[in-house]
Amino acid sequence: MVENRPGLNFFSHALLIIGVAVVAFPVYLTFVASTLTADQVLDAPMRLWPGSHLLENYAHVLQKGAGGAAPLSRLLFNSLISALVIAIGKIAISIISAYAIVYFRFPGRMFCFWLIFLTLMLPVEVRILPTYKVVADMGFLDSYVGLTLPLIASATATFLFRQFFLTIPDELLEAARIDGAGPLRFFWDVVLPLSVTNIAALFVILFIYGWNQYLWPLLITTQENMYTAVIGMRRMMSGGDAATEWNLVMTTAMLTMLPPAIVVILMQRWFVKGLVDSEK
Amino acid sequence: MAAVELRGVRKSYGSGKNALEVIHGIDCSVADGEFIVLVGPSGCGKSTLLRMMAGLEEISAGEIAIGGRVVNQLEPKDRDVAMVFQNYALYPHMSVRENMAYGLKIRGVAAAEIATRVERAAAMLELAPYLDRRPRELSGGQRQRVAMGRAIVRNPQVFLFDEPLSNLDAKLRVQTRMELQKLHREFNTTSLYVTHDQVEAMTLGQRLIVMNAGVAEQIGAPMEVYAKPASTFVAGFIGSPAMNLLRGEAQGDRFVTTATSAAIALATPAPPLSIHLPVPAPRDGPLVLGLRPEHLVPASAGAARFGFAVEMVESLGADSYAYGLGGGGTLIARVAAGTVPVVDEVLPLTFAAQHMHWFDAANGKRVA
Ligand SMILES: Nc1ncnc2c1ncn2[C@@H]1O[C@H](COP(=O)(O)OP(=O)(O)OP(=O)(O)O)[C@@H](O)[C@H]1O
Ligand SMILES: [Mg+2]
Repeated sequence: MVENRPGLNFFSHALLIIGVAVVAFPVYLTFVASTLTADQVLDAPMRLWPGSHLLENYAHVLQKGAGGAAPLSRLLFNSLISALVIAIGKIAISIISAYAIVYFRFPGRMFCFWLIFLTLMLPVEVRILPTYKVVADMGFLDSYVGLTLPLIASATATFLFRQFFLTIPDELLEAARIDGAGPLRFFWDVVLPLSVTNIAALFVILFIYGWNQYLWPLLITTQENMYTAVIGMRRMMSGGDAATEWNLVMTTAMLTMLPPAIVVILMQRWFVKGLVDSEK
Repeated sequence: MAAVELRGVRKSYGSGKNALEVIHGIDCSVADGEFIVLVGPSGCGKSTLLRMMAGLEEISAGEIAIGGRVVNQLEPKDRDVAMVFQNYALYPHMSVRENMAYGLKIRGVAAAEIATRVERAAAMLELAPYLDRRPRELSGGQRQRVAMGRAIVRNPQVFLFDEPLSNLDAKLRVQTRMELQKLHREFNTTSLYVTHDQVEAMTLGQRLIVMNAGVAEQIGAPMEVYAKPASTFVAGFIGSPAMNLLRGEAQGDRFVTTATSAAIALATPAPPLSIHLPVPAPRDGPLVLGLRPEHLVPASAGAARFGFAVEMVESLGADSYAYGLGGGGTLIARVAAGTVPVVDEVLPLTFAAQHMHWFDAANGKRVA
């Protein structure tokens, strides 16, 4: 199927370049806007090359915030904590529950599995009101616990780990039993090292999932300094009387995009490995 | 090192009325330092029996004792056995060194002691250059040796092998078989070895347990099993090609074979065989006469006991096997290389009286 036809080559490259441009152009515009003054952004048409207010805007947003929101450094910190706790918490809980379901025979094992599996059909948005009620009654509004705990229980990750564990040959467990490894030892010495690529891939996916949460943090937080970056950005687009400082909103957008991008770039090798091959 | 005792060992899967018994009561004493081979066709329960000794399967009934201690309720790690699996079951993320050391590390053996034991085993198995490689960077034969090394460093009371050579090519299998024999001579550790390959069984085992459908058909030294198979099953399973079995009837002092099919009965060159029964006669009624292919020898026309109509010849170099009709049934005869028969030839054959095996036609048990 590998043919070398100049016409086709040109066409496919042109198509790819257009695709990249379509995706990258808004990001570029955002970047340009974040280097201008508020007035320059409102010029029509807006200029397409960066201005001279880059450092000023970024420093302002990070230290003071915009549109009445708390400083972005605080919001980014909140987002980071939520995303990390959600990603690590989900992985920790789901890998342990998958281990229990695959390697232990206990009464109600399949029942537990189906129960977990059923929750796949109940994402946060579906159960948002009862969950809110529970979290509110427990006094977790405006806290990191409230931001993260309800999002941690995860059927998807449990299911993925279960599928992966099922591909680990039984003989490995038997060899470990004869070698004298107990269940915890086997988990720690064999199952966990074999799962690292899967864990890395899941971490990337879940970190971005946690970082991009919108509806839940919106409901659960009422104090400016407990907002996440995504909510904070929304708050800056105030509407009403005050004019939105679009240059600062764009600066916030740039900064908010940064951490997930860094995570993806740093973990890329592991991420691809985890999705593509499983170490035999 | 330890003796192993099996007393009425049974295994069933499932429970209640769904219970399915796959091992029907096996008794055997394995002496300290003995090399026992469990041999039988696929699905007869060899692996199951071995895994019960290892502690990987529960024992449904009966007792297994290792070194005089009943181990029914003991965890695998407390039985002091080492097992080599058919697919080796090496830990994929550990180096060869770590694979061999893992069991010792868990047992809390000192690091220096682990290092010397691993080095020694690696030297013996010629694995020294590969100690820092991962299993997937090794060839099948090398992986197999790592699996053996992992068992050896533990210095256990009993070695359990479940078809360890079946993933190797023919040449490597022969070579590894000899290494196994050497290892056993060196360590003299009690070993139980599962295989369905009768050449492995004959060459490795000091004694064989020939299994069929969850029953030990015969337990004995390889040559004893070959010379005096306890049943038609053992007769057909041990020895290659299989022993010829001719059904027939004892009538007075003669044994007359019954043609196995009408076509054979009508085939003129292979009339039913009629011979004198040995004295004392094994018994009256239906019998099976067993004759090994290697014991059928050409005779002059006058001395021949029967004619053998050759239908097909397989030449293996040193000798050839002729397949055809004779004595009222289909037969295989071994013929020396010099005298390769031609198809459709009728060979006059005979056999010595001491090479006749007699079995009960009803239950297949040996009668004489
Ligand atoms: N978990 C199980 N549940 C039910 N039956 C089983 C189970 N494991 C094995 N069996 C049955 O037990 C019998 C013996 O199996 P086993 O694995 O011991 O055979 P084997 O002699 O090792 O055969 P092979 O040479 O093919 O490895 C088989 O008939 C098999 O179907
Ligand atoms: Mg088996």
